Amino acid sequence: MTDWLTPEELQALTLSLRVSLWATLASLPLGLLAAYALARWRFPGHSVLNALVHLPLILPPVVTGYLLLLTFGRQGWVGATLWDWFGFTFAFRWTGAALAAAVMAFPLMVRAIRLAIEAVDPKLEQAAATLGASRPVVFLTVTLPLILPGIIAGAILAFAKAMGEFGATITFVANIPGETQTLPTAIYSFLQVPGGDAAAMRLVVLSVAVALAALALSEWLSRRVAARIAGR
Amino acid sequence: MTLSLKLQHDFPGFRLDVALDLPPGLTCLFGKSGSGKTTIINAVAGLVRPDRSEIVLDGTPLHDLPPHRRRVGYVFQDARLFPHLTVAQNLAYGARVRRQPPRDLDRIVDLLGIAALLPRRPATLSGGERQRVAIGRALLSDPRLLLMDEPLASLDEARKAEILPHIEALRDRTGLPILYVSHSLAEVARLATTVAVIDAGRVAAVGAASDLLSDPATAPLLGLRDAGAIVTAQVRAQEPDGLTRLDTSAGPIWLPRLEAAIGQDLRVRIAAQDVLLALDRPAGLSALNILPAKVLAVHRGDGPGALVQLDIGGQRLLSRVTQRSARTLCLAPGLAVFAIVKSVSVAQRDVGDVPLTPQG
Repeated sequence: MTDWLTPEELQALTLSLRVSLWATLASLPLGLLAAYALARWRFPGHSVLNALVHLPLILPPVVTGYLLLLTFGRQGWVGATLWDWFGFTFAFRWTGAALAAAVMAFPLMVRAIRLAIEAVDPKLEQAAATLGASRPVVFLTVTLPLILPGIIAGAILAFAKAMGEFGATITFVANIPGETQTLPTAIYSFLQVPGGDAAAMRLVVLSVAVALAALALSEWLSRRVAARIAGR
Repeated sequence: MTLSLKLQHDFPGFRLDVALDLPPGLTCLFGKSGSGKTTIINAVAGLVRPDRSEIVLDGTPLHDLPPHRRRVGYVFQDARLFPHLTVAQNLAYGARVRRQPPRDLDRIVDLLGIAALLPRRPATLSGGERQRVAIGRALLSDPRLLLMDEPLASLDEARKAEILPHIEALRDRTGLPILYVSHSLAEVARLATTVAVIDAGRVAAVGAASDLLSDPATAPLLGLRDAGAIVTAQVRAQEPDGLTRLDTSAGPIWLPRLEAAIGQDLRVRIAAQDVLLALDRPAGLSALNILPAKVLAVHRGDGPGALVQLDIGGQRLLSRVTQRSARTLCLAPGLAVFAIVKSVSVAQRDVGDVPLTPQG
């Protein structure tokens, strides 16, 4: 692979994969919780939570990135605390790129999982309760296996979205090669310099290949899981 | 086991207010759709929380426990098998979540005839098979009480006939108390040892099945058209012309061939509208079954009909006649009559095993 790609290209690719993978895996538990709460619980603030989850989908990405900067930047009200207490910061680090990607992908992940939860018949969960299963056990033995295809679909969707995230990322953590320069921001950089078209095109092809591979993987996974659940 | 229930709940436009003390055996909650039967067993299972409830099973209060700690098996109308598990895993679910080895697995698989289904998934089962697996799953959760919500309602006649003997076997062989919701009088007559008639959220009548079903005062609650008494009879002979001879307390009756051993006791439901009355023993009549009887009560309804309760050697029989006939024959308590039952009118599905569980 190193023969095909220049070190810079390889760097952008591996950084993109790392950022997207972390963004997806780290937000998955929170996404599952939010989806469950939105699908099953009725509480004051339900519609506020719903709006909050969907906000990154409807705001301009640059606005989301700027809000992240205000909140998690070194001087931000969360960012300053993290820096003072733990010496940790998201600003201009690859972890910040992962945070931006996670926030932007969150609505898509929650939506897919929520649809799967709403498709689970609560009567099955009632039946499990009469058989002696407490609520957490019902969730682990009935709800979770039945929504697994939805979780996988949500995770793949979030991963794909994270791979393509541009606006919020470049606003929040800039475009630093080796630290925050992902495939899309690298393409953008090449397009800014004269004669960079050929290099940009190589990255475009790489992006398409990664996207297609992710799609194929998700198809294969969800078909396997669906078959296992339907018992064929 | 005794189960004592006191439930009160105000729904919009509907008030549930029932108090029941139930003896061991199979108790049918009988009533129209929307009368509150299912709400009652959902409250026993803990799936609904009424405004006020007191549910005591053998001295143990259940009403404060969450559903999973009540140890109440529930067979739903729609089976509700877990689609992602095999039949074997569905059966073992109750034991698995309580971290115990399944008890009596082989015996219950045998009892329900589901050994061949074990490796299969619910999606590949027929309706009747699903319902039998659901019964097995509830039994294997080690319940102290079994709830059944119209378990046969979604099945055709053939599938019902396939499952009814299994429920009779449960009633007679496991000794497990059963609360059974139904709006089918045929099921009630065949299965129940105790009947509670539920109407508009209240208990309209409750009593031993044999008393309640042959009481002309409660018959209108059950539906006049479907009124009928349960008669216990012993199989005496399988005769070569395709009839089975049964001995009742008032003499022999003949029914179309029943698959039963000689000497076996059976419960036969005889519909009131299939019983004719005559003042003298009729001669030259095609009906085979003529039983001497004595009128116990005549209950006149609102329409043109009347229900006559008869004593046949200690058992009860119901006959539905017109009020005009009742007047013409001067039917009154104490009058000796002959009851005529047409052999072919007793349907196979109205004949079942005699419950072994003590009544009352």
